[in-house]
Amino acid sequence: MATVIPLKPAQGPTASAVRLTDIAIEFRIKGRPPYKAVAPTSLAVADGEFVAIVGPTGCGKSTLLNAVAGLLKPAAGKVEVYGQALAGLNAEAGYLFQQDAVMPWKTALDNVAIALEIKGVGREDALGAARDWLGRVGLGRFLDRYPHQLSGGQRKRVGLAQVLIRQPKILLMDEPFGPLDAQTRQIMGSLLLDLWAGDRKAVLFVTHDLEEAIALSDRVLIMSAGPEARIIGDHRIDLARPRDAADIRTHPRFHDIHKAIWGQLRAEVIKTYGEEA
Amino acid sequence: MSRAGLLSLQILVGVVLLLIWHVGATIPIFGYTLLPKFFFSTPIDVASRVVQMFAGGKIWGHLYVTLLETVLAFAIGALGGIAIGFWFARKPLAAAVFDPYLKMVNALPRVVLAPIFMLWLGLGIWSKVALGVTLVFFIVFFNVYQGVKEVSPVVLANARMMGMNERQLFRHVYWPSALSWMFSSLHTSVGFALVGAVVGEYLGASAGLGYLIHQAEGVFDTTGVFAGMVVLAGFVLVVDWVVTLVENRLLHWRPQSAAAQA
Repeated sequence: MATVIPLKPAQGPTASAVRLTDIAIEFRIKGRPPYKAVAPTSLAVADGEFVAIVGPTGCGKSTLLNAVAGLLKPAAGKVEVYGQALAGLNAEAGYLFQQDAVMPWKTALDNVAIALEIKGVGREDALGAARDWLGRVGLGRFLDRYPHQLSGGQRKRVGLAQVLIRQPKILLMDEPFGPLDAQTRQIMGSLLLDLWAGDRKAVLFVTHDLEEAIALSDRVLIMSAGPEARIIGDHRIDLARPRDAADIRTHPRFHDIHKAIWGQLRAEVIKTYGEEA
Repeated sequence: MSRAGLLSLQILVGVVLLLIWHVGATIPIFGYTLLPKFFFSTPIDVASRVVQMFAGGKIWGHLYVTLLETVLAFAIGALGGIAIGFWFARKPLAAAVFDPYLKMVNALPRVVLAPIFMLWLGLGIWSKVALGVTLVFFIVFFNVYQGVKEVSPVVLANARMMGMNERQLFRHVYWPSALSWMFSSLHTSVGFALVGAVVGEYLGASAGLGYLIHQAEGVFDTTGVFAGMVVLAGFVLVVDWVVTLVENRLLHWRPQSAAAQA
């Protein structure tokens, strides 16, 4: 009767999946003062939340994402993943890169299976799971193709399966559909939403396409023009789910939201070009 | 142009060249032989000598020796190049320290090393292997070094995020990348292994194609020299064909156009 179990601090499931506190990122350039890419800024992504970061080109969106991934060490501030300070690479996160990141010397099937094999899953089980995942992203007929034999959109699907097969708790996406044509982007967006609806991971999605951001996410964060970029806007997107990434764009509410956010974003885009001119 | 048309043109060029050689060597023009037999032999003599060599069966031993030297030179040179290439690419300090010495050795015309190898290793196959190794090593080394250095940073970051440790990165990322660079220079490096073997044999040996040519030259047997050259050319073509087969087998993941350009 005497022992009183102390209450644990409010962590675990209620803690944010990702929390950045006063993050600043600098790049050292020889013989010049360091370039301050990101000024002290904060953001949080709740568990199961789909958050998009939108900003003008070169504002440091990807840099911020790399800090969350642990690929880049911030000059100041704190990165926390489920309440734990991040040390080294973010093991909870799967990262879908903007450029092609699949291994060109492996077939689609091997590229996806390897993500499990390196964790010690047996070859046959890994291949089975990889077949399953490639089927889910619509590549069931292209298992034995090498990346160069696939289209840009198909390579992205391989990348998506490669990330999702590991069942990461957090998904980091850096303009993943950027290099694709407009139609393929919408199809990939719908595919992503379908897959995400299954287990609702926390997603941090970087894009320069505001429409894409609104169509996919629960919250849209606006980043200011660099240098010393920071988050200057936080907009909740109250469009009903499940959504279709293509159809939602014709919804009247979509236009209202777009109009409200675009006003803020436009000022930053103009600033970027003003400085370059 | 159609395949057959191209082939017939290619054959035509060969026939015309052989014809000029034959006529120049056998038919005097205004009492003057353009290509004296003593210096140029004739295509028919050379051809019959080649047939004799194979019919007599002596040539096989020489071919075997040259092939053995080539294979050993390639294998040892490639292993060394891969090991050192990886080491330097992963440890920039080592690369920086050894850089001037590597440049120096690579700048040296390798033929001048032949006498010293002969002194150290004798007239047997190993002095020729050593000469070939010095040629092969640098080609493989530079390519593996580039291959490891030029792994796409995105592929690497992706593999890291996937959770690969250093050993797995080596096996699934660095190694395939380095191999693709090495194999793209396979024709050159195998060719150089053969050059090392033949030049070594030419400078002093008791067997091999280079030795055969040198022997014929020593007794002013022009026909023998030409016959040796013909056999050597055929041998190189066969080796090159095998290399192409190996290359297609190992680099099948690469786009055709890029593989063809390399």
